[in-house]
Amino acid sequence: MNTRSTHAPIIQMQNIEKHFGAVIALAGVSIDVYPGECHCLLGDNGAGKSTFIKTMSGVHTPTKGEIIFDGQPMNFNDPRDAMEAGIATVHQHLAMIPLMSVSRNFFMGNEPVKKIAGLSFFDKDLADRVTMEEMRKMGINLRGPDQAVGTLSGGERQTVAISRAVYFGAKVLILDEPTSALGVRQTSNVLATIDKVRKQGVAVVFITHNVRHALAVGDRFTVLNRGQTLGTAQRGQITPEELQDMMAGGQELATLEGSLGGTV
Amino acid sequence: MSDTSSNSTDERIKEISSFRQALIRPELGGIVGTIAVFAFFLLFAFDSGMFNSQGVMNWSIVSAQFMIIAVGACLLMIAGEFDLSVGSMIGFAGMIIAILGVTLGYPMWLAIIITFALCVAIGALNGFIVIRTGLPSFIVTLAFLFILRGFTIFLPQTIERKTIIGGIREAAEGDPLASVFGGKIFGNVFNWMGDAGIIATFQRGTRAGDPVVDGIPMLIVWAILLVIFGHVLLTKTKFGNWIFASGGDPEAARNSGVPVNKVKMLMFMFTAFCACVFATCQVMEFGSAGADRGLLKEFEAIIAVVIGGALLTGGYGSVLGAALGALIFGVVQQGLFFAGVESSLFRVFLGVILLAAVILNTYIRRMITGER
Repeated sequence: MNTRSTHAPIIQMQNIEKHFGAVIALAGVSIDVYPGECHCLLGDNGAGKSTFIKTMSGVHTPTKGEIIFDGQPMNFNDPRDAMEAGIATVHQHLAMIPLMSVSRNFFMGNEPVKKIAGLSFFDKDLADRVTMEEMRKMGINLRGPDQAVGTLSGGERQTVAISRAVYFGAKVLILDEPTSALGVRQTSNVLATIDKVRKQGVAVVFITHNVRHALAVGDRFTVLNRGQTLGTAQRGQITPEELQDMMAGGQELATLEGSLGGTV
Repeated sequence: MSDTSSNSTDERIKEISSFRQALIRPELGGIVGTIAVFAFFLLFAFDSGMFNSQGVMNWSIVSAQFMIIAVGACLLMIAGEFDLSVGSMIGFAGMIIAILGVTLGYPMWLAIIITFALCVAIGALNGFIVIRTGLPSFIVTLAFLFILRGFTIFLPQTIERKTIIGGIREAAEGDPLASVFGGKIFGNVFNWMGDAGIIATFQRGTRAGDPVVDGIPMLIVWAILLVIFGHVLLTKTKFGNWIFASGGDPEAARNSGVPVNKVKMLMFMFTAFCACVFATCQVMEFGSAGADRGLLKEFEAIIAVVIGGALLTGGYGSVLGAALGALIFGVVQQGLFFAGVESSLFRVFLGVILLAAVILNTYIRRMITGER
């Protein structure tokens, strides 16, 4: 990302701490994300990834630390605030309804309306047209806008969710383990989608615990371990093995790897 | 990542013929059923008087009654909830109109307005309890089934010492709002058709020469208006999308900014409104309110909705389908009478067609979502 130096970060998380009672989930985590960048957030289970992105998307308020969004210090009281500011989260549990058509899903909660005789109606033609167009851009050819989401594969659903977030003006897109439940080919489709979105200038925060997926699209990599960040690395400055080691906290995995013959 | 173009056509997805595509719609069961039912009675009961003006009016009125409550039940079911208190609500609303309008002597329009406000408020209470407690609406509205029915029997017994209150027609005489529910329209057209010999007229008595069917009852007008309203609301508006979303997956809908609780609440209120329309039309027609009115109507409404293709689990269905389900109901119930079949067999039919509809719906849903 050679353009990064010319941009200001879209979001900066500075020394974020989050305590749940006596549990310190985050003990001072700082990252910044630039427009057009894919920032990978890696970490093992329990590392604090989820807490961190929930803080970023307004679900949790940080106990300490500051969130600076677009140059302004921000205090998100609930996810809606974050959404309105342009921070969209695509969850593992997708906000997709299998029985509903792709276009109805795409515009769910943001339905376009047209006025006929003073009454507002759902502008289905517009919804259908936009949906087909956006899906085509992402490389998904639908049978028709009325095709039910239930007929799409997991990867395609992720793509619908991602392109929906981008279409509705997400500046920061948080992807919570989008590839964790997908097969090889579907994963590659989602990664391709991330690449496309990034090229449109959206800042992508990609949460994963799969080093290979992260390295495939990531520009920078931040590893979380036990609520702390172990630093941010540039693409090309770090090897998969190093990342893997950092995620697991170095020592333990090295021992384990020895016994498994380097298959992890 | 290189081969994103390869997913443009997936060789594993079979082409779906347009015929099959046309079949995958919620109304399929309703359409097939309607055709089958009409074909059956045209063949076996054509000469019974079922298809002359009185006969048509007879089953149209019964169908319209089913339709009015089916529209409310349909939208509520698509929003993911049930209302088992519809039948009791019908009895309750009728009784309140009678107590206010006859016993207490309120003007009928005021009695009707108060009753509507009360019923919609009870619908809102149903919704509020369901939303707040997170209990299944099945249980909450089952409780109201008994609560409302209990009051419907208790109130007239305490006040009038009887369970049927009459005299509503006299009390409603000349009332503008009452005629919106109890009146008839297009009387002129029917007079003309009677004069022209298209429909039957009375041959003897004081009304000799008048057509036997002298207009379209407002009940049918309400049914048609509610079906159109429900269908447009569901398929052509933003709110309709929210209804589907709320029933399809409330959590996903909430994440997308759909006000799920508000949608469900409004649908409970609308169901109560529909029950109240039914009750008002009924007491205006009969001229009396009875404590046993509306018995089992909640189940008949739900069955009509299911025949119409809605899923019991919510998120899928059609108001037009529910209207067809109601039509099938009305035609069969009255048709068996015309055909001289023992009327208890209607219940057998009900059970059989319900089972068939649910099986068909499950199959259609599998086709839509591609699950196996």
